[in-house]
Amino acid sequence: MPPKSPNGEVRQLSSSSETTTPVVDLEREQMLEAIELSLGDAFVDSHLKPGDDLWIRVRTDSWLGSVQKLRDHHSFDYFGFLSAIDWMPSPYGRGEDDPTEPAPVRDTTIRSGYAGGDTRMQVFIRLVNSKTHLGITVKVDVADSSPSVESLITIFAGANWHERETHEMFGIDFVGHNDLRNMYLPVDFEGHPLRKDFPLLARMVKPWPGIVDVEPLPGGDEEDSAEVKASAQSKDSDAS
Amino acid sequence: MTMLGDRQQLSYIASQAADARLNLELETEGMTLNIGPQHPATHGTLRIIARLDGEQVVWAEPACGYMHRGYEKLTEVRTFPQVTTLVNRIDWLGSFANEVPFILAAEKLMGVEAPTRAQYIRTILFELSRIANVSLFLGDLGVQLGAITPVFLAFRDREYVLNLIESATGGRFHPNFDRIGGLKDDLPAGWIDETRAVMKKLRSFCDQIEDLLFGNEIFQSRTRGIGVIPRDVALQYGLSGANLRASGVDWDLRRDQTLPMVWDKADWKVWTHPDGDSFARCWVRLQETRESTKIVDQLLGAIPSGPVMAKVPKIIKVPEGEAWVSTENPLGEMGYYVVSRGDLGPFRVKIRSASFNNISITPWLLRGVYVPDIVTILASLYFILGDIDR
Repeated sequence: MPPKSPNGEVRQLSSSSETTTPVVDLEREQMLEAIELSLGDAFVDSHLKPGDDLWIRVRTDSWLGSVQKLRDHHSFDYFGFLSAIDWMPSPYGRGEDDPTEPAPVRDTTIRSGYAGGDTRMQVFIRLVNSKTHLGITVKVDVADSSPSVESLITIFAGANWHERETHEMFGIDFVGHNDLRNMYLPVDFEGHPLRKDFPLLARMVKPWPGIVDVEPLPGGDEEDSAEVKASAQSKDSDAS
Repeated sequence: MTMLGDRQQLSYIASQAADARLNLELETEGMTLNIGPQHPATHGTLRIIARLDGEQVVWAEPACGYMHRGYEKLTEVRTFPQVTTLVNRIDWLGSFANEVPFILAAEKLMGVEAPTRAQYIRTILFELSRIANVSLFLGDLGVQLGAITPVFLAFRDREYVLNLIESATGGRFHPNFDRIGGLKDDLPAGWIDETRAVMKKLRSFCDQIEDLLFGNEIFQSRTRGIGVIPRDVALQYGLSGANLRASGVDWDLRRDQTLPMVWDKADWKVWTHPDGDSFARCWVRLQETRESTKIVDQLLGAIPSGPVMAKVPKIIKVPEGEAWVSTENPLGEMGYYVVSRGDLGPFRVKIRSASFNNISITPWLLRGVYVPDIVTILASLYFILGDIDR
């Protein structure tokens, strides 16, 4: 319940998309046009949210060249981050399934986000122009069979650790990066944890407590714990 | 030809011979020095493996992962309001500031904006967490370089700020106070006057630290010219916060982007330093703490009345979309790339934390420095392990 202002009415807030956001974003539109022109064939798709942000998608085979052009011709000289998205919805849902029941069948149709996509996984980076402070998110598809994309370390030295992390978490190979060691996980760890088909093991070993109200006590079976609970309740009522 | 009677000549020859002998004996072999994972200079458990030649570092590489908690995976099984509990623990010294960009990203996707009063309180708490965080840095800096006193001052004065945060939010370190659409609660009575008094104390703390440390000759000789990061290197490694501004880049996300926060309502200055060395990074942080106290002081007098929570549904479902929001956190740029599928929880959250980028420069930066300078450079880059590993 929101607190009330002195005159007793709750102030209704207008949503930001109605009032504060300008309908046209000339600056970003011009930026997008220029980028489209200079990238040429490499440019695949774009998405512009006026007053908010700009997304573009480039072709996989010209990933390195496109980012180089963005840095050299469009002054996106600040490297924000590099990561990836697995667009396949998780077959495990939110990890709240009851392990005693057969697993429900979930829709795992791949649906991409802004600026589209043709593959299950996408690599994306965030670049910012350090003069105008306008940023851009650049996405690139990675093939399903052998997920690999060119490494950006020759353009942005800072991409080194980000690519290592992405390699470890998504199993995407970065061609030209010769040091893709694990950053976090043990050397012999199998699987890529941030892929959606990698189950969250904590939820597999022990079911999410949200499913059952009372956890059975350690050492006792279900009935015991129910009895304990009942006796505890009767004690409570006695005391009151 | 040397005359035997010439004592000066003799001693010169002797010294030459001694040097030659020494060089022969001390011809150095490479050595690997392991720093950490448990080391006071590492703010958590960062391990640095350095290959040395004599006193100089030939190659150094931080080994992360001792504190990896997999927050990006965990967000996928949490609802939107639950995620703040996780992100609180990324940079644990400035927790409230971690919550803000995530909440702003969710609000952006929902098209909700917090009431003005909530925006003011958010900004004030954000700056308080910066002061708490950076004041510890200033004290800790002394310890790293061998001065014990500043850390006691820092812990004493940081406690005042933590008390303020606690009395407003209920938690000293993990407030979990920010909500989608506003704040959990309003400020307690008398909080504003108390905060003003504390800000005065913190300003005198800054003066004390400036006298004790920054004017100190030993401090200056150990930090000036050490670990210089040029502007273009800083940009391509994605350094942020004071580390970037100390390399002469005039860029502060509080000033240079439009967010539903109220930094623009206060009069303050973004400090930069042209040198890019350890001293510059420390100096910029000291100035920033002062500016933060000014921001808090000005905003305290301008908090409007009204609700602290907008109308949001009880069960929060965030519409489909993608949003990127980053803010100028105590450690640097902290941002969340949130992808939603119209569900109760996020589809994917990429956490861009400042320390990850800030520390990824160390293999480049530590090459060629002397062993004692490793500690200086790490201290001046200022990182929190939870912020690297997430």
